[in-house]
Amino acid sequence: MTTAPIQTTESAQSFVLLRLAERRFALPAWQVAELVAPSRIFRFPHKSPAIEGVILRRGRIIAITDISERLNGRKLTTRRFFLLATRRFGAQLDWIAVPVSGECELVTTDMMESSANDSPHVAGWLSHAGEVIEVLRLSVLTPGPPDVSASVMSRTYAETLP
Amino acid sequence: MQTSVAPAPQPRTEQIILFRVSGQTLAISSASVQEVRSVDNIAGMAQDLPDSTIRKVRHSIRRGDRTLYIVNAALHFGLQPQPASLVFFLRRTRAALLVDGIEKMTTMSRLQALSLAFQGEERNWYRGLTTIDQVVVPVVQPEGFLSLSELTLLEAAQLAADTRAIAEQTSGAQIQ
Repeated sequence: MTTAPIQTTESAQSFVLLRLAERRFALPAWQVAELVAPSRIFRFPHKSPAIEGVILRRGRIIAITDISERLNGRKLTTRRFFLLATRRFGAQLDWIAVPVSGECELVTTDMMESSANDSPHVAGWLSHAGEVIEVLRLSVLTPGPPDVSASVMSRTYAETLP
Repeated sequence: MQTSVAPAPQPRTEQIILFRVSGQTLAISSASVQEVRSVDNIAGMAQDLPDSTIRKVRHSIRRGDRTLYIVNAALHFGLQPQPASLVFFLRRTRAALLVDGIEKMTTMSRLQALSLAFQGEERNWYRGLTTIDQVVVPVVQPEGFLSLSELTLLEAAQLAADTRAIAEQTSGAQIQ
């Protein structure tokens, strides 16, 4: 974590805490739709290496991506659930399924904004139960339109630069 | 007073062909397939394209005044090729598609756009995804089998093959 001065948002927000191997991360609750048991993964030919396949949930076809490799350096060995979340690319809302290795928890707390020293995938930090937890920026961590992801990352850097 | 009850709008449906390529099931709109022929049936009509730099296309075939390029679907999708048994002649494209077999014809009522998480060539390959009997099936885009640049290269390979064939005919005629 950075030692740079940090800002705290004025009002508490809701976050979903998720577990990826030994570490816990958070996502803004508005982004999370559902936590479901792993179901059949459908695979078909494609050239997006970060996508494992798709699942079918309530008639919706949702791509699966394991973000643990980017965050922890290795893929999840134990998958207990798929966290179904949404990402916004411009006007488009896109669903993604993220395998997680444990129960999730809903918390309401203040978020400390990320600083210029943080990785682009870090939207902020939470302090919860004695733990400091990264709030993830899912659109940066998961595959998406290159121009949008790039502009999000560069804008994020630009905004956080002193 | 009589009240007329408007009939409930029928969901839009589309007839599709489910076909197999190297163990994968894919779908194509029936409307985009002009004709299905067996590989044996067209063997004598296909022309070799030895100069083709497009790995998935090794043969062409004349259909009326048009030349169609026979695309090996397995190689197009990056799959391990298996012996193909059928050729789909596609409407409004210059591609004919070499596939392993047909699974069935059915109807789809919903086509979901490919997730934005897919950012590779598949965005050109597929119109979207559908579900048939609770199984997700990609619906191929007939125009996605050959790009404009691939067509340009294939036309050059075709020209070379035609020139060679004419030269062989001419030399054969002179010997006689």
